[in-house]
This record gives sequence, structure tokens and C-alpha cells, in this order.
Amino acid sequence: MNKYTLYLNSRRCIGCHGCEVHCKTNKRLPVGPILCEISHEPLKAVRGVPKTEFRFRSCYHCEDPYCVPVCPTGAMQKRADGIVFVDQEVCVGCMACVGACPWGVPQPNPETGKVVKCDYCMDRIDAGLKPACVTRCTTHALKLVALQEI
Amino acid sequence: MKKSVWSMCGMCTVRCPIRVETENDEVTWIEGNPHLLDGALCAKGSAGIALLNDPERPQQPLIRKGGRGAGRWDKVSWDTALDYVAEKLNKIVDRYGPESVMMSCRGGPFVDIVKAFIHGLGSPNFTNHDSACGRNAHHASLSLYGVGRTGFAYDIKKTRHLVLFGRNILASLRVAEVNQVLDMLDSGGRLTYVDVRQTMTGIKANRFFQVRPGTDYALALGMIHEVIREKAYDQEFIDRYVSDFDALVAFVEPYDVDWAARECGIKAERLREFVRELAHDRPRVVFHPGWMVSRYRDSFYASRALHILNVLMGNIEVEGGQIFPKGPADCGVKGLRSFDGQIPKPTARRGDGVGWKYSHFDKGPGLFHLFYDTMVTEDPYPIKGLICVRHDPLSCFPDPAAQKEALDRLDLLVAIDTHYSEFGWYCDVILPESTYLERDSIIATQKGTKPRFICRNQVVAPRYDTRSLSEIIKGLADRVGIGQYFPYNSTAELQAWQLEPTGVKIEDFAEKGFVELSREPIMYDRQNLDGRFKTPSGKIEIISQKLTEAGLPSLKPYESPEKPPKGKFRLVFGRSAVHAHAHTINNPLLHELMPENTLWVNRRAAARMGVKEGDWVEVSSNGMVNTIKAHVTDFIHPEAVYMVHGFGRQVPLQTRSYHAGVGDQKLMKGMLTAMDPAGGGLCLCECMVTVKRSSKNPKRMVEL
Ligand code: SF4
Ligand code: SF4
Ligand code: SF4
Ligand code: SF4
Repeated sequence: MNKYTLYLNSRRCIGCHGCEVHCKTNKRLPVGPILCEISHEPLKAVRGVPKTEFRFRSCYHCEDPYCVPVCPTGAMQKRADGIVFVDQEVCVGCMACVGACPWGVPQPNPETGKVVKCDYCMDRIDAGLKPACVTRCTTHALKLVALQEI
Repeated sequence: MKKSVWSMCGMCTVRCPIRVETENDEVTWIEGNPHLLDGALCAKGSAGIALLNDPERPQQPLIRKGGRGAGRWDKVSWDTALDYVAEKLNKIVDRYGPESVMMSCRGGPFVDIVKAFIHGLGSPNFTNHDSACGRNAHHASLSLYGVGRTGFAYDIKKTRHLVLFGRNILASLRVAEVNQVLDMLDSGGRLTYVDVRQTMTGIKANRFFQVRPGTDYALALGMIHEVIREKAYDQEFIDRYVSDFDALVAFVEPYDVDWAARECGIKAERLREFVRELAHDRPRVVFHPGWMVSRYRDSFYASRALHILNVLMGNIEVEGGQIFPKGPADCGVKGLRSFDGQIPKPTARRGDGVGWKYSHFDKGPGLFHLFYDTMVTEDPYPIKGLICVRHDPLSCFPDPAAQKEALDRLDLLVAIDTHYSEFGWYCDVILPESTYLERDSIIATQKGTKPRFICRNQVVAPRYDTRSLSEIIKGLADRVGIGQYFPYNSTAELQAWQLEPTGVKIEDFAEKGFVELSREPIMYDRQNLDGRFKTPSGKIEIISQKLTEAGLPSLKPYESPEKPPKGKFRLVFGRSAVHAHAHTINNPLLHELMPENTLWVNRRAAARMGVKEGDWVEVSSNGMVNTIKAHVTDFIHPEAVYMVHGFGRQVPLQTRSYHAGVGDQKLMKGMLTAMDPAGGGLCLCECMVTVKRSSKNPKRMVEL
């Protein structure tokens, strides 16, 4: 059972793409991989005002991930709290997970030749902090939500 | 070793307070100051790390060899560079007088030291970029209230209705202000947005008026007319503080809602409905008078009309309205010691004519673009030296070619900057400033209902042979014989000197990164605002004595803007949230998000020209031709085309931004002197361009 999810309050999001850079700089990623994505639908008029909603996507941290079983080294793992992450020490850069994930979430890091993906900033979560994209979101539109079993 | 440092962002001129973590002198984390911004930061703010680590910036002082702009440089030591600049400055001062040197910077809380240098040299010619930005709004404010545009803070969070004319507040963003706007919307406040195109701000609005380009003034006049007709104004406030209200009533008589709606191309009923809401929401209504309002020939009057609407709402010194920013004196604290404050005022008249030829303009920074004329005519005296501090006039003002022609008459051009500006590239000397993460700045005062002192602290050691502005100024000052005005040898000495009268100690900044001068918000008594309006009469002057003396109308009859001739469009420009004009275009992480700009073209207009999304189009004006990709959209007025400002850069050492996209200012040939005579702002949206499908779009697949 996944313990966390990232929730975007689209009413507050201003499509500034800050979260994408917050994420990259926190993980010290070079130009290339971008681990989350802000997107929006084409504008539609609502009571005379052209409007759109923003969407945020990182990794779905699937209940039954495609990326984990294909990983030959066991670098790609799912934690007990549901977080799917790559162990950088173990990853050999075979890119099997890159092909396996239907949404192209794992991406090569050209500087290390290994794979990077959203891990809900688990080092920060474990330290009692919030993910980088949440802490620094320009408008506090992004939230880390702890899911509860019903 | 791990460290946490309080500082201030420097990626745009907002300068948000930040907290930075480092490990072994590497920046590992930047966030908005938790006490003020709860961690929030924008994309540019995060990308500061990429600026710091980017080798594509000047790494040591450079002296030009070869012609200006040829891009051949001698890498020299700081002593050599400073000696060189000082020798040239001394020669200019000896031969032509100190007033022949001018200095420009980007404005903001750190200008004191720049002003002090040029004034200390004996020249009155301190200037900045503002004639391409907010001068019209500033002068409009001065003419009405006697205080400039920073003379009011907008209490957006508590407002009931925020009205924005082309102020794209959620993309040309300030982190704290953006959160105020969203908090206001979350608690049920309304947003009315006016623009020639839809923007990130407009999509959050409750009401959007897409107006014909250049008709802002008409819309504002129609609003004033309707507010008066509906008696939706604050009679008591007007009786108490405003002069010549009757003149306003008479003046707006012909500008009724039906007329305004026709002129702007909007629905009259929507405008009536808007004013009915105002009647309900006032006084907690804010009409933003505009930020970048160097747009049309009448932008000064449009901004002034918006200020007048604020007055009609009676929104001054009320929650959710316009509040006088309070300073140290309001808290019983002495202000910071000023460098400029100890220097005798230079006696020469300003070279741009401001203060004598143009008596209605603020003498402070004058108007940069007027100096170009002085450079050519040498009237009232020659201008021979120009130092720009982090200001790039060639990116900021129209017609760089005309600017260069004037600059060629100068003996010395110096750029003090963290990156290669187009101006720097054309200079004789580049004095590379450390990036904001590598330098301290002087302590700044931030006024507001709760004023504070705040400081930018150096976070890491400079990556290259660069220096902070205070070190550069000191080095130059010592060499031109005015070192006594800069009595410090280190940041600690400098800050102690500034703080000395205030009773605040530098240690007091350690807890939060700033020192609050008042615990509670300070409000003046709204029943007793006498003396707060610094106009000649002490009233809010509908008819400004200063404008009248200058032979200018205070209420100018409306003139309809020119319709672009067939096949032409009005070129408008703006910002996106990921770039701060030309400064950030070459930043690796921001370039990754937005590598080039596009030309927005209205779908129907594009169809007429056979232009499809993503096609290359040729955009030209007055013989200047550029090629850019088209973005075809329903959400721009058919008379206008739009692009994000700052692109089309031509510094070869900035490999990412080199020739990427198009710079709007380069299309504005012959427009360097197109100024609103009443406001001093340039008319940057009065450029008509021709757009056609480019021959660059292939018709056949020729290769394999
Ligand atoms: S930083 Fe926040 S406001 Fe900006 S795009 Fe991301 S989620 Fe939206
Ligand atoms: S990387 Fe793809 S497959 Fe793996 S958990 Fe994330 S979304 Fe699922
Ligand atoms: S949770 Fe962390 S890794 Fe995932 S998108 Fe946000 S910042 Fe990036
Ligand atoms: S708005 Fe963004 S770039 Fe500008 S100072 Fe604030 S964080 Fe920095």
C-alpha cells in the first residue's frame, strides 16, 4: 500500500515550472532529465474567460510497477511505504526500466550514465522534510499527502 | 562542512529573501526564507545554482582589443582593469568635467552605493532602465499624489477586487505577491484582467476584457465615467483630500460605457456589471497602475486614470487597498547611514534635461534614453563616459544600432555585470561582478506596513576572479580620489558603518536573515493624512500644478490608436515565468525550459497569411528583418503579435542563447526617441511589424 502521493491544487498553480527546476537542483541533475512535468490543456472559455487547469506528473509509484521486475540488478526497488526508487550504487545504466515504464518516467542521467527518477525525495521524507518540489513550489500549490487505509 | 546562510535572490530584480544551504562550498539547496515565504521560490530562483556554476560568464576583468563589439579581449588583473578605467575617467573629468560621466543601474534597494560613486565624482548623471519600464506609472503617481510609484504598497491579500491592466502579475512574478493574489482568490476575492492577449494571470481571472491594443486609456475613462454616474465613489474621501474633482466629472462626461466598449471592442453590459461590483467591493479594490507601462503614446494618462480610479474607490490607507509603506522613522528607528547622503549634491544640470528642460519629471534617475541625444548633440555638454551596473541598455531600449552610433562618440564604456550583456560585449572594459551567491551586498531597507532591514550575505567563494559591487566601487573610488566616501575595507566594516545610527547590530540578522522594525503593522490615521500627499497643494491633484506649469494637460482628451495598416501588426512583448528578460536566457536550466521565443499570431490573421503553428515567419519593421517560429492562437487580439522579451542575443560566448529567438527591441528602428512627453516612458508598443510566412519553411523533402 502506497503511503504517499503528491497532490496539485490546480486553483493555485500558475504554471511557472518552478517545481521542475526545484526538483532538478535538489538532485543536482544536469541538463537532460526532468523528473516531473507541469502540463495543461488547451484554453477553453468559461463564462467569457479563457481558462485551463494545470496538471502535475512525476512517477506514479505504481502498486505493481513495470520498472521494478525488468531491472536485472535489483537497483529499481519499491519500499514498504510504496516509494519506487533507483539505488544509484547498484544501477548499471542498462535502461531496461526506461523502456518498461509506459510513461517514460525513468530517465538517463547523461552525467552518470545511470537512471534517475522521482523518489518522492525519500531522503528528505525520511529526515522529516517535504519533497523539494513541495517545499519550494512558488505558490504552495503542491502538497505531499499521506494516504490512509480505509 | 555544512552551512546555512540567509541571503537574497538575485535572479531577477525582485530580490526575494532566501535561505541557502552549502556543503563544502557547493550550494546544495536554495529556498525562499521560511519566515517570509515559507520556502517558496520560483524557477529562476532555483536556477541560481546553474548561474553560479556556468562558465559562460566573464571570469576575470576584460579589456577590449580590436573594435568595439569585435569580441576580442585581453584578460587582465583587477589592478590593471581598475587602473585603466580610472585613468580614462580622470582624463574625461579633466578635459570635459565630471558631468561628462554617466552611470546607470537596475534600480532597487542597493542603488545607494552606485549613486554615491557618480555623485562623489561630481556628476549629477545617475540613471537607470526605467524609461523602458515603469516611469509612466511613477510620474503619473507623482502628478496625482506627489509620491512616486513606490509610495504605495498594495494590500492585495485582503483586497476584494484586484483590477489588472496588462499587469501579468502571475508570470512577471514576485513570489510574495503571487501568493497574496492566490490567497485573495482563495478567500473569494475577484480578479478582473485586461490585456490584448490571454496570460497566466488572465486564466485565473473572474473577468477578462480582451481589448484592442492601445485602448487601455479608453477603458479606464469609461470606468471613471460609470463610477461617477453610478455614484460608486467615496465622496467623503474626495471632499477631504482631492482637488478639482469637478474638472474630472466634466472631463469624463463624453466617455460613457457604450463609447468605451465600442472603442475597446468589449461588451458594454460587462463593463456596467464590473462597475456595479466595484460599488459593492470598495474601498477594498485595487486598480494596479501598471508595472511595465512604457507601451503606448498615452500610457502615462492610462496609468494616471487607473490611479484616479483608486482615489475614487477611496482605497488609500485601508486594509485591502493602497497603504503607505512605512519606514524606519515610523518605527522610531534611525535609517541606515547612506553613502550618497554624505556627498554634496553635484551642481551641474543633468545631461538628460530632467529637472530643467523637463521640470515635471523626477530628477532621481532622470531618463536614460534622453542621454543618447546629448551624446550626439553635446548639448548641454558632452557625455564621454558611461558605466552600466547590471543594466543592459542594448537589450532594454529600442534600436540598438542607433544606440551604438551614439555610444561610438564616447571615450569610455564600462560594464559591471555578472554575465555578458549585449552592452558589455560592446564595451571597452568588463568588470565582472560576482553572482549574488558569491557576494555580499549593502544592507537594504524594505518599507512596508512592517518595515525591515535585510541583507544579502555571500554564500560561497567566487568561482572565478570576480568581485562584489562594493569592492569594485571602492577600487575605482580610491583610484579617482573619492575613496573617502567609501570608508570600509571589508563587508563587516561596511555593514557596521551603515548600521551605526540605527542601533541594530549585524548579529541581529542571524536569526531570520532580516530585522523587523515593528512587530505590528503600522497604519496611519486615515482621517488625518494631511502632509502625506507631497503635491504643491498637499491635495491629491486631479489637475496637477506641475503638469500645468510644464504646459501639459492633466486630463488629456482621448485619441484613438492607429489601426495597423493592412498586412501589419502591432508588436507587443512581455515575460514568461521562467525568464527575467535578457538576464536569464543563457542560464542552462532555464534555457532547457524555454530555449527560444515564438511569435503569437491570431488564428484568423494567421490563416489569411497561410501560417500554421510552428511555421517560420519573417517579422520585419523599417528594414529590420528577423525569422521566428509562429505560435498560432485564438487568445491574442488580431491587431497584435506578441513575443517574450530578452531573446535574439548576439554574444557568441553565450552559446545557448546566441541568436536564439528574436529581440523585439531590435525591430524598433527609429523608436529610441518615441517618448510619452508627459510620462517620460518610451512607446515600446507603437511598433508596427509586417509578418509573412518565411521561405525557410521547406516545400519538398530534398534529402534522404
Ligand atoms: S512550482 Fe508550484 S505553481 Fe509553479 S508550476 Fe510547479 S506546482 Fe505550479
Ligand atoms: S517508473 Fe513508471 S512503472 Fe515505475 S513506478 Fe513509476 S510510473 Fe510506475
Ligand atoms: S518528489 Fe522529489 S523527486 Fe519527485 S518530483 Fe518532487 S522534487 Fe522531484
Ligand atoms: S521572483 Fe524568483 S528570480 Fe525573482 S528574486 Fe524572487 S525567487 Fe528570485
